[in-house]
Amino acid sequence: MNHERIEKSVGWLAVLTALAISFGGFVEIVPLMVQQSKTQPAPGMKPRSPLEVAGRDVYLREGCYNCHSQMVRSLAEEVLRYGPAGQASESVWDHPFQWGSKRTGPDLSRVGGRYSDDWHRIHLLNPRDVVPESNMPGYPWLAEESLKGEDVQAEMRALSRVGVPYSKADIAAAPEAVLGKTKLDALIAFLQSLRAPPAAPQAAAATTSATGEGS
Amino acid sequence: MSNFWHWVVVAIVVGSFIGTMWLLFANARGKAGEGDTGHVWDDDLREYNNPLPRWWLNVFVATTVFGALYLTFYPGLGNFAGRLGWTEQKQLHERLDALKAQRDRQLAKFHDRDVASLATDPAARTLGRNVFLNNCAGCHGADAHGALGFPNLSDKDWLYGGTPEAIVASVTHGRNGQMPAFNGAIDAPTFDALVRYVQHWNDPKLDASVREQAQKQFAITCAACHGPDGHGNQVIGAPNLTDTIWLHGGTRERIRETILFGRRSAMPAHEKILSPDEIKLVSAYVYSLSQQPGE
Repeated sequence: MNHERIEKSVGWLAVLTALAISFGGFVEIVPLMVQQSKTQPAPGMKPRSPLEVAGRDVYLREGCYNCHSQMVRSLAEEVLRYGPAGQASESVWDHPFQWGSKRTGPDLSRVGGRYSDDWHRIHLLNPRDVVPESNMPGYPWLAEESLKGEDVQAEMRALSRVGVPYSKADIAAAPEAVLGKTKLDALIAFLQSLRAPPAAPQAAAATTSATGEGS
Repeated sequence: MSNFWHWVVVAIVVGSFIGTMWLLFANARGKAGEGDTGHVWDDDLREYNNPLPRWWLNVFVATTVFGALYLTFYPGLGNFAGRLGWTEQKQLHERLDALKAQRDRQLAKFHDRDVASLATDPAARTLGRNVFLNNCAGCHGADAHGALGFPNLSDKDWLYGGTPEAIVASVTHGRNGQMPAFNGAIDAPTFDALVRYVQHWNDPKLDASVREQAQKQFAITCAACHGPDGHGNQVIGAPNLTDTIWLHGGTRERIRETILFGRRSAMPAHEKILSPDEIKLVSAYVYSLSQQPGE
């Protein structure tokens, strides 16, 4: 078949273009989809609690991912600063994952347990109260918005449809778990849940702290 | 990856190599100036169908050879790990080990010295400051001046003591400050008197009857921790109430809130986060802050 025939026939052009793109997609995507290390949850990982699910929603709504990544790259400097490098298996229940691509603020994927809940409360209401040089905006309205049980249930139902292992009982118990909690409580619970999976390969590395450059 | 998918990837990669080379040489035949593409524009414009320039062809072949060599030595061809055995994890660990060795060499110099002597050593203080900025500045501030609810470490006022031993203990094991809530435990007039008394401890203008009423209540509910004279207790981290330093704010509103609802302060333990040498260095840095004249 010569070029002219293909170029002058819209039908052939469409079919062959679709074929070329499909082949590219097959080559780039399918091998990743069959790799266990990228599709199975990391050992010891538990699905998020209802409060954490609600907090993750707040994280998305407020656009935290615009300034914070959730992916420690496998570079020594990052591992020393944040903790074990991120693994694809950590994010299999995150829909969508929050890896992010910009760090105006620090990476948050290992921030759980680093600060107390009280610190987070003060810091989210007005970051300058604890970190004078911070340029992060405050989120005072989160303390005044309470959570709705049915919203969290809807979210969990959607997540279970795409493979997060929530049981019917988990979803039924959700409204009680978020009763009387504010969006601020939820966001703090979510932030405190951001940790390396229990059996992270470089857990030992996490216990070291950089004596090098100040952040 | 299962065996099947391994061979799928290998087949695609090898097939691509062969396919591109075939495409390249199939189109490289012929000589310049021979024949055209058959397109005619504007009556007489035609397009030559010349072979690729020789140098371009050579560069293309070179990139293909490079690709083949790369896949021989590095991972990429399905499950084949590559002759060099390189992995991202291995590279990371080698780098981490090198950095740790470098850090240990730096720390070894200070291993046998005590906190007080390290506090006067500029090199030790620089290292201690780096540990501080990485681990402490989030709450105590980059300048160690603290924030509302987080103590200032650069003054001479200490909740749990400012000796080198006390600082090392605070960093190593953490501290848990607890001020209980007295909501409902004190009647309203006495409560107001107590707040004014605590706020204006040293103010001679404070009404004597208010002072007397408050002192009675203070002896019952507050003196056990803050001491009968209000000077606090460093064993349990109860603050001195007679000075002008207020951990949770010294306004009337803040003091009311503190007594009504209590306060919790948590300094995390660092024994699992920092090595003993790092704790010593950061303690020396913190200790040095309050040792400077004029602060």
